[in-house]
Amino acid sequence: MVTLKELSAEELFASGHRLCAGCGEGIINRMTMKALRGPTVIVAATGCSEVATTIYPFTSWRIPWAHVAFENAAAVASGIVEAYNAMARRGAWDKKVDVIAMAGDGGTYDIGIQALSGALERGHDFLYICYDNEAYMNTGIQRSGATPHGAETTTSPAGNVIPGKPEWKKDLIGICAAHGIEYAATASPAYWNDCIMKVRKGIEVNGPAVIDVLSPCPLGWRHDSARSIEMVRLAVETRYFPIYEFERGKYKLNLNISKPKPVEEFLKLQGRFGHLFKPTYRKNVIDEIQQNVDANWNRILKLCAN
Amino acid sequence: MTIVGLTGDEAVAYAVKQSKVDIVAAYPITPQTIMVERFSKYVADGEVQTGYVCVESEHSALSACVGASLTGARVFTATASQGLALMHEMLYIASGLRCPIVMGVANRALSAPINIHGDHSDMMGSRDSGWVQIYAENAQEAYDWTIMAFKIAEDNDVQLPVSMNLDGFIISHCMEGVDLLEDEAVNRFLQTRKPLFTIDPEKPITVGALCFTDYYFEFKRQQVEAMQNVSGVLDRVCKEYRGVSGRNYGALETFGMEDAEAAIICLGSTAGTAREVARKLRAQGKKVGVVKLWLYRPFPIEEVSAALKRVKALAVFDKAISFGAPYGALCSDVVSALHTLKEEPKILNVVYGLGGRDITPSDIELVFNEALDTAKLGIVKEKAMFLGVRE
Repeated sequence: MVTLKELSAEELFASGHRLCAGCGEGIINRMTMKALRGPTVIVAATGCSEVATTIYPFTSWRIPWAHVAFENAAAVASGIVEAYNAMARRGAWDKKVDVIAMAGDGGTYDIGIQALSGALERGHDFLYICYDNEAYMNTGIQRSGATPHGAETTTSPAGNVIPGKPEWKKDLIGICAAHGIEYAATASPAYWNDCIMKVRKGIEVNGPAVIDVLSPCPLGWRHDSARSIEMVRLAVETRYFPIYEFERGKYKLNLNISKPKPVEEFLKLQGRFGHLFKPTYRKNVIDEIQQNVDANWNRILKLCAN
Repeated sequence: MTIVGLTGDEAVAYAVKQSKVDIVAAYPITPQTIMVERFSKYVADGEVQTGYVCVESEHSALSACVGASLTGARVFTATASQGLALMHEMLYIASGLRCPIVMGVANRALSAPINIHGDHSDMMGSRDSGWVQIYAENAQEAYDWTIMAFKIAEDNDVQLPVSMNLDGFIISHCMEGVDLLEDEAVNRFLQTRKPLFTIDPEKPITVGALCFTDYYFEFKRQQVEAMQNVSGVLDRVCKEYRGVSGRNYGALETFGMEDAEAAIICLGSTAGTAREVARKLRAQGKKVGVVKLWLYRPFPIEEVSAALKRVKALAVFDKAISFGAPYGALCSDVVSALHTLKEEPKILNVVYGLGGRDITPSDIELVFNEALDTAKLGIVKEKAMFLGVRE
């Protein structure tokens, strides 16, 4: 654990960026910068953080930062890591540089999963952070493979026949762990200490590491922007988003929620689930979500028991 | 200098080895695969210090190359056909971020129907992507141009990616004698890359920022400038390479053009066949000539006009179709280049060789005779001709 005093006062992610008030991505960027151990390069996928922090000729980044495209942050990071290694072999480079790829859930769960899988399989030494706000927020809130069941997005609208997204969220950590990498974890910015420690751990691991960070989106989740951190705390307290890690083949629960709040408490504060409450109370869908939350929690407990 | 039997792909791989690249990131695809197979053996045998990134797709190949290039490393990749099509998005980003990557392209037809043989559909489909495009006629040229490509790409006035094209199978897989330079000669010629900017933590920069209506256009305008600079840089590099190798290169090569009345202009391996036919016809007193373009992008407008200003009829050979366009891609460019001439030659567009269909000396003789007739009569009988197809 780290104390606030121990964190660097230096802000490598500058203020003045144009992310929305209450956006989780700015908070995650800042926390990530607090966890660095030395010279670092950021590779960004196309997404909100990219478009809102580097509007030419301005930049919020006081360390090298490169955006190439939407689906390839992991591939670009592979090239950077191996280029530094190659230049070091011929004596043209003598610094150890940490490489962090940052992408949204669209760029990770969906269009970027192939590039991510390839990079994990090849074992490059880099950290991959997914800002998981559970939809394509940058293009105006479309459903992704990370969007939860029942959530309304512009491409999974709550209609008279279909009440929001019919499918369930992908298990990203399971997918990453199946590659046999050393470290994968979930994190919530509501637990800053856990979040920062995990980023640092991911950097220190010799090989690829992945962190899926739940990122509140006032615009897409449709909640009060002043309550963003509360939202991602509730997500944990309801067991909706369990905080755990996979390290060298072992799963570990980092935050045990012994007395969970009903998931309804998390859902009811967000417009994306509003159709489950008004005009009619859709108990069946809310129950389905609760059952899924319980089953997922038990699945993770079992993994952690092994 | 040593003459060694190599296929075109092997010759490119050897040139890449001598060019001391830092990173090769590539994905296998016929008929390019031999390039990366040979190169990965150099890596496995410890003959090079290159990092070989075995990516999971061509899209990731070029993505990894862009990342590597931004660090200041020298970078190579190779592809063909569907692989190049899959890279399409990244082609524009590599040139837009001014990454001097060199890519070997063993030109191959595009699906559907699927076909593994050589034509130029792949690279012609990418002609507006901001890459310098060079076409080799044989394995020797593929070797020489690969080495020169790094020097052109990495020049401070260029800083653009270069594709080194060789005809699939005809060059990529045919073994020829290739005159190789000594490693030391290549080292002296090429030296290590000296990038204008890199993503160095000591001097942090932001790359790939979002540019709106207020700046995007200026970035594109600078790319135009860089493309325009290629011509002068290429001349300088070719001249220097002549000093090292004794071989002459430039934007184009001509045969018999001093007095030709009818000519063929083409890219790649077809030029060799056309030259042989022209030699035979000239021995019969027929005034024919051949223009082979080494450089296709940027299109060498002045050199092409100068070479063709005296011919009365011209057959432009396109090894790709531009569906719905007035002509094939090469022909459209030639027509644009020649329209300022006082007397434009009569132009016949010959589409040929799609999906690797053979082009024979008798096919070419037929076109030369057609062009000579056109020159004599001053009338183009058939504006577009599909050579060797069953109608």
